[in-house]
Amino acid sequence: MPTLVDKIWDHHRAATTPGGADLIAIDRIFLHERTGAAALKSMAAAGRRVRDPARVFVGMDHIVDTRPGRSDQTLMPGGQGFISETRAAAKAAGLTIFDVSDPDQGIVHVISPELGIVLPGCTLVAPDSHTCTQGAFGALAWGIGSSEAEHAMVTGTLRLTRPKTMRIRLDGRLAAGVTAKDLALALLARFGAGGGAGHAVEYTGAAVAAMDMEARQTLCNMATEFSAFTGIIAPDEAAYAALAGRRYAPAAFDAPWWQSLHSDADAHFDAELALDAGQVAPMVSWGTSPEHSIAIDAALPAGPARAHDYIGLAAGTPIAGTPIDVAFIGSCTNSRLSDLRRAAALLKGRRIAPGIKKALVVPGSSAVKREAEAEGLHAVFQAAGFEWRESGCSLCFYAGGEGFPPGSRTISSTNRNFEGRQGPGIRTHIASPETVVASALAGVIADPRQIA
Amino acid sequence: MTPFTTLTSVAIPLARNNVDTDAIIPSREMRSTGRTGLADGLFAPWRYLDVDARVADPAFPLNDPRAVGAQILLGGENFGCGSSREHAVWALAEWGIRAVIAPSFAPIFKANALRNGLLPVELPVADWAWATLTIDLAAQTVNGVGFAIDAEAKLMLLEGLDAIALTLKARGAIDAWEAADRGVRPWVYLEAMR
Repeated sequence: MPTLVDKIWDHHRAATTPGGADLIAIDRIFLHERTGAAALKSMAAAGRRVRDPARVFVGMDHIVDTRPGRSDQTLMPGGQGFISETRAAAKAAGLTIFDVSDPDQGIVHVISPELGIVLPGCTLVAPDSHTCTQGAFGALAWGIGSSEAEHAMVTGTLRLTRPKTMRIRLDGRLAAGVTAKDLALALLARFGAGGGAGHAVEYTGAAVAAMDMEARQTLCNMATEFSAFTGIIAPDEAAYAALAGRRYAPAAFDAPWWQSLHSDADAHFDAELALDAGQVAPMVSWGTSPEHSIAIDAALPAGPARAHDYIGLAAGTPIAGTPIDVAFIGSCTNSRLSDLRRAAALLKGRRIAPGIKKALVVPGSSAVKREAEAEGLHAVFQAAGFEWRESGCSLCFYAGGEGFPPGSRTISSTNRNFEGRQGPGIRTHIASPETVVASALAGVIADPRQIA
Repeated sequence: MTPFTTLTSVAIPLARNNVDTDAIIPSREMRSTGRTGLADGLFAPWRYLDVDARVADPAFPLNDPRAVGAQILLGGENFGCGSSREHAVWALAEWGIRAVIAPSFAPIFKANALRNGLLPVELPVADWAWATLTIDLAAQTVNGVGFAIDAEAKLMLLEGLDAIALTLKARGAIDAWEAADRGVRPWVYLEAMR
């Protein structure tokens, strides 16, 4: 009867509150330098302590410099203070820090599975909306604010009302050149940015089962763009194999408990959606919400006037052929080794168009960077005209650091195309790494299937 | 947390769907690790014609003379989507907003609002632009129109309760749960890694 989310929820319920909410035990907490200090300082000011520091981890990803030879200095004015204050407060609280120069540094959602911190069936929270990425491993993982981070650290729990559940069936098989990113954008285009409506979404179906673990992370990553409470995929052999023996994970997943982590065949979901993955084309966003996404060979629909004005493209314009200034491959959506391998395979022996003013590859973690370099991927990117950087969140958002003149147009493997997300007046088109590469080569938004 | 009981105020209309937290408070306006000094950056890209010089755009609702002292904001679908930054709620509260009425909210924004005494009211907002509204949380009404809110959130807001202090009273239950869980899932506990 119960869904996977129900099972994890019920296991973690330590008590119920007088208001009828549940006290849900939290197994893992991640902080990062952009907001970590706010939660830790507030906690210390209240004279409170972290209940179990061994299960709280701190990453440095949001505003760290990604240029070679970096230090604590940031391009964002005043950014160094966020790093040093988070580091000091985390040290004082006895937390584990993956610092700027640490070999394990990286985007928290990328390093968590690398280190075996996320586990199937666990609860994991972080003050970052893309924490849902880690649902790919069968964890109940979701983004929270600073106050909730403080609450989780001090009490080991959160006071929560059980979210409604939704199943999204993704049957069929993704066509060549079409990726999990395109599927996530297709869901947003079809059902809207509010389509998840606060539900805990379980992704199921043949297309999901066929995905490798990195593609599953890309799919779950954008559950927050769908306004879901989180996204989750039931763990299978691939999930266990990806985590077994990692530093913080068990050597083997052989306890009976692991076998229970699936929705029962007759499980009831509060809502059901479905999409045929076989019908999905490479997708690209045209406007200022991820729901403003269309097939790469389509023309802009008539959307909100504000969105057309901001993006500078009228309804009826084909999206392919739109000139771009910047190409970016990175972020917790698409910066893992498989993303970089696929991008490099398309780029090999080619050169980006002369009109591109900046092209960047920012690996999701320092480990991804090392592995990519061992395979020679960095040389492929550099020969093609891409800069090869240190790991971090980089151009996914603009905090006052690296940016471009207003009106610049980017093709970006990130998750948000909001007004100003990548800087004042910047026009962002989000897409798969393949589409970023195809567009960088052509100098205009281009279909990756035509170069594959 | 300041309790929320009743509130009477003019309602500022921001009739846009999918208002994201990057728009509410852009990352570049988050200049310190504290929770204050954010009101000036609230809606900065929409509120100012020149963000750096802070030149107000008279067409933006927050700059309307009727918005002076107003404490209610009317939003569109999926209000507060995007980044989990609690700064969005802190900026709204510091500017003076105590309630947002919208057809739907993004879940993280809603949770953050509730922890800061800012009431998210889920209701379609038909013709309330610049109207004077009275929100009665105990009765769960806006000018007599009923809205739903979960019992836990309502209790916390009405009493202005400190969630952490309240949860710490349940420490015994949490400790007991953990002791039992250590038998079932020993791999979760990481003291030995330190």
